[in-house]
Amino acid sequence: MEKRVIFKGWLLPLLLLMPQVIITAVFFFYPAGQAIWQSLFIPDPFGLKSQFVGLGNFEFLLGDPYYRASFVTTAIFSGLVTIFSMGIALYLALLADRLIKGAGTYRTLLIWPYAVAPAVAGVLWLFMFNTRVGVVSWYLGLLGYDWNHVLNQTEAMGLVVAASSWGRISYNFLFFLAGLQAIPRSVIEAAAIDGARFWTRFRTIVWPLLSPTTFFLLVVNVVYAFFETFGVIHTITGGGPQQATTILVYKVYSDGFVGQDLGSSAAQSVILLLVVGLLTVIQFKFIERRVHY
Amino acid sequence: MVESRGTGLWLTHAGLIVGVLIIFFPIWLAFVASTVTQTEITQPPMPLWPGDRFFENYRDALVSGVNAPVARMLANSLVMAMGIALGKIVISLLSAFAIVYFRFPGRRLFFWLIFLTLMLPVEVRIVPTYEVVAGFGMLNSYSGLIFPLIASATATFLFRQFFLTVPDELAEAARVDGARPMRFFWDILLPMSRTNIAALFVILFIYGWNQYLWPLLITTDPSMNTIVMGIKQMFPSGDDIADWPVIMATSILAMLPPIIVVISMQNLFIRGLVDSEK
Repeated sequence: MEKRVIFKGWLLPLLLLMPQVIITAVFFFYPAGQAIWQSLFIPDPFGLKSQFVGLGNFEFLLGDPYYRASFVTTAIFSGLVTIFSMGIALYLALLADRLIKGAGTYRTLLIWPYAVAPAVAGVLWLFMFNTRVGVVSWYLGLLGYDWNHVLNQTEAMGLVVAASSWGRISYNFLFFLAGLQAIPRSVIEAAAIDGARFWTRFRTIVWPLLSPTTFFLLVVNVVYAFFETFGVIHTITGGGPQQATTILVYKVYSDGFVGQDLGSSAAQSVILLLVVGLLTVIQFKFIERRVHY
Repeated sequence: MVESRGTGLWLTHAGLIVGVLIIFFPIWLAFVASTVTQTEITQPPMPLWPGDRFFENYRDALVSGVNAPVARMLANSLVMAMGIALGKIVISLLSAFAIVYFRFPGRRLFFWLIFLTLMLPVEVRIVPTYEVVAGFGMLNSYSGLIFPLIASATATFLFRQFFLTVPDELAEAARVDGARPMRFFWDILLPMSRTNIAALFVILFIYGWNQYLWPLLITTDPSMNTIVMGIKQMFPSGDDIADWPVIMATSILAMLPPIIVVISMQNLFIRGLVDSEK
């Protein structure tokens, strides 16, 4: 789409663009280019010289069992976060959608955890399950279950998944509720008159009509789990125990800043860049489809 | 409405209330912990009802904190969040105006360059961005906290979409009346964009406030810590017991501003969320 009416001149628009162009060039394109460039080198231990290794960093990464494990960890983590946060949100949205009055109140009560930063959510969950003072872990102990996410890999994963999903429920709830409320009442009522019970109506009418929302949320939540949960992991487990919760973004950080392995960290950035690109393409394809829906 | 009378209605409310309570629980617990003494927490189970140390704990946190006074960290977060929100809105409004209302050499190229930045979160390019910021001597500074996070095009894209829906007649009329471009921008386009600006502001404020990784990297000086990243720094290394009441008071303080923004501007918030994802 283009404007029919435009203003004349070329100096003014260039001046207007300048702030954004400069900031983007300095803080975006240059660093992104650097990431790609550095991924082709291995710096010597003193940081004085770099040796060109071509795709060596990538070859090493793909052969590195820790990196492959981190891929698997990321897949499990984002899969679980997506399923839990979307599942619970859909359940609550279905309930709220049944109400004639009061859906708005529940929406107010449910949306504000969106405002809680992932890192703060991490601290809250860490506090509940802390091995020494946590309330939940203490009551679990009463029941005879010895909770220790500092040592147990499964429990550590469970905890970061719970904390990450918790903060995400409100976002998904909002979109699911909007999607449900956009489904024409008459269709559902007609089905109900024909004798379709709740579950049948859900399976044959609501779920198919909700699928654009569901698919959109699927992509957005995977992106969230990949990139925005760093705060949760860093506050709760620090990637441990034994790297059991080291997702890809966390590994870029820990290899680059803690381990100072710049070449490898840069190569990991480039791989993540490809992942983001792929997810963006999927999202755009989907949006195109939704326009014609 | 189908099946929402009698018992079904009560079951629906019950289900929702249980959901709300479960989601509230972690925050309730944090609030309780921020009002009791350290001893009450370290001898589990801690109470589930607030104690009487509310003022003492919050005063301790705000005035002295652990590494830096929390009041200072709150101020840093406020500067960062406002800087990101306002900075991004200003540069995006200007460049969207240029891209939509002018034809000039390189316009397509600029559009695509800006559009490309939609794809890359800061988490992916942290090491080189850190080097750039360090090279400018912007570590431990507000500009270092703000600039790298406004280098993205989401807002530009949004304003572009909005400007395209503004009727051509308005620009036409302005031009016939002899208004220069910037006058049209100030007197017509900007007032028309008010709602979009406000909605975007809500989203960007929360985005800026909740940043974690970036402040963690570039603020080594505790007096420059933002509150969200500062909480983790309050935990002692090694086996010492953390000062839970103060840490939990800080957590509550850290989530309060964005929660107030979300609840008081709920409609703008929802609008911004829907806009920025489409």
